[in-house]
Amino acid sequence: MTETTDDESKKIPPQQAAGKTAAEGPKDGPDGSGTPRQPAGDAEPLLRVRGLVRHFPITKGLLKRQVGAVQAVDGIDFDVRPGETLGVVGESGCGKSTMGRLITRLDEPTGGAIEFEGTDITHLSTGKLRPMRRDIQMIFQDPYGSLNPRHTIGGIVSTPFRLQGVEPEGGVKKEVQRLLELVGLSPEHYNRYPHEFSGGQRQRIGIARALALKPKLVVADEPVSALDVSIQAQVVNLMDDLQDELGLTYVIIAHDLSVIRHVSDRIAVMYLGKIVELGDRQSLYGAPMHPYTKALMSAVPVPDPKRRTDRDRILLKGDVPSPINPPSGCRFRTRCWKATEECATTEPPLVALRTGHQVACHHPELKPGESAVPAGAKAAGKAATDG
Amino acid sequence: MTAPIETTGAAAEAQPEAVLQGVEKKRIEGRSLGQIAWLRFRRDKIAVAGAVVVVLLIAIAALSRPLQALLGLDPNSPNQALIDPNTTLPKGDFGGMSADHPLGVDPKFGRDLLARVLEGSWVSLIVAFGATLLSVAIGTVLGVVAGFYRGRVDAVISRLMDVFLAFPLLLFAIAISASLQGGAFGLSGLPLHLGVLIFVIGFFNWPYMGRIVRAQTLSLREREFVDAARGMGARGPFILFRELLPNLVGPIVVYSTLLIPSNILFEAALSFLGVGIQPPQASWGGMLNQAVKFYEVDPQYMIVPGLAIFVTVLAFNLLGDGLRDALDPRSR
Repeated sequence: MTETTDDESKKIPPQQAAGKTAAEGPKDGPDGSGTPRQPAGDAEPLLRVRGLVRHFPITKGLLKRQVGAVQAVDGIDFDVRPGETLGVVGESGCGKSTMGRLITRLDEPTGGAIEFEGTDITHLSTGKLRPMRRDIQMIFQDPYGSLNPRHTIGGIVSTPFRLQGVEPEGGVKKEVQRLLELVGLSPEHYNRYPHEFSGGQRQRIGIARALALKPKLVVADEPVSALDVSIQAQVVNLMDDLQDELGLTYVIIAHDLSVIRHVSDRIAVMYLGKIVELGDRQSLYGAPMHPYTKALMSAVPVPDPKRRTDRDRILLKGDVPSPINPPSGCRFRTRCWKATEECATTEPPLVALRTGHQVACHHPELKPGESAVPAGAKAAGKAATDG
Repeated sequence: MTAPIETTGAAAEAQPEAVLQGVEKKRIEGRSLGQIAWLRFRRDKIAVAGAVVVVLLIAIAALSRPLQALLGLDPNSPNQALIDPNTTLPKGDFGGMSADHPLGVDPKFGRDLLARVLEGSWVSLIVAFGATLLSVAIGTVLGVVAGFYRGRVDAVISRLMDVFLAFPLLLFAIAISASLQGGAFGLSGLPLHLGVLIFVIGFFNWPYMGRIVRAQTLSLREREFVDAARGMGARGPFILFRELLPNLVGPIVVYSTLLIPSNILFEAALSFLGVGIQPPQASWGGMLNQAVKFYEVDPQYMIVPGLAIFVTVLAFNLLGDGLRDALDPRSR
């Protein structure tokens, strides 16, 4: 259907994206939500998410009356720029995976907007979504569940071609064998079945399948958490190499801080359905501003016993509140040692306090000389509540 | 002198290559789940014995008429010369066993029992296979649809299953069979009786199949490979037929093989009650029905069809159990 345009755009994503900035510049206007960008990241974002909401209704009784909702994702904003890796961290149940399923449109958002290359895909139907599927692919968490045990590896990796009606140069079989080689498997594995492979090998097969259609954006939902630690490194490095080679853009969801640190350019920290901090890797790991991020960082094991005693571990008390009935104001206030009256009444907006570093907190951790007033003048209006 | 040396040389050259080629081929070829199941099945001697008997039975049933002709026996020709007119029992020991009639003859008419058992075999198997096919077809389609689409569709189909399961099946079967004895749908006689039996048994047994398929589908559809297919742009039918159905083949095959013997028994029960196959057509259930009047004086007449049913049901059950163990080793 849209073959010509698709093919054109597939070849050289970065240039194409740069071209789009000029053409569709005005689109930037209405958003103006004060998302400051780095000078280098001025290009049109590949993926733009605004106010994304997903509530799972809880129904009761015969008439299926809605009595509440699990607020899995509750209003998050972020951009993904072409060629970067955005890492998403947070503890179990904070909505990371739901967010991943929403931006790949495996699930339908309750509210908000998702734009991919300027096209609104928030509520596209299955049929209209189909051509978009080529550009957004997903790598799954469970290498045992994500491959159909009844199909051969060749069958699995060639499914995207069949479904999208794409005939690669030199035939599907040759292309599949090339992909298998690309991810470090032998092309001879074509006729084998998933049960003959180890977890790491299966994950490579999943990666080969995700890359078959030369996507622009790959969403990886806990791509290595089901793997052995030694294999994790292999798979993470493979994903890194493939990014350089194919110019991919990643959104990697994980709960392992060291994995995220290794792969990400920018990192988003989620807590209870919200993004609480979003920043460049160095800035975020070097000087986290949100108390929750700080607590998370302090939980990373230190391999040196001498240094271990130096640092102060922050132990959060209590459990994550239920997403059915989240706390008022700042969602983290129930476990935060800095919480004040204001935190219970006003929800802190996500504002940029440093270049390329946004945080949603009334009492951010600041380096000497920094001010709690947003750096960008654009965001001044939103930060008026800040003390 | 030169010739032998040359040949050995050629052979020596050719052989390593051949060996290597063999190794190469073995390395590339993967074993599908089906092949693995077959290897497991082959190791299960009892199941293999069951399978052999089943194959034999099917062959016998298929060749029942030619076999009768070959043996020179006819299931329906009476032979009063073999019957004692005073007792109406067969002359001689063990129900009139003789070289001409290896399993004896039936009382009253003197018809050959071997021929009648042979004739009954195809009737039993055709009804059992037909009914099983019918319930598997309905059960699979409705089960998959209910499990895959869930929501209202599932609610409607599941309640339908409950309704069918709540039916007093035996009474219903008797009623239908009895009311259709005269002829219906342009059929009469044996074809009608076969059709009615297949319909009654198959149509009221599908919920068992449907429930199994639905449950399997419900668990399969949550697997990540379904999400993966959806993420590549697959529609419902593709997911159903390419992703889900291949994974359902195992349970469907296993349950079908276990359904066949129960359908054989059900057919026998209906014929025994006199609402299935009608005399003079021979059927195992019908033979048992008539044998009831004579079991004290001529047990042979009951033992022969009884044994036939017993062996058939046992063989199918052993085969089904073996298949289940082979296709799903965790179910043991």
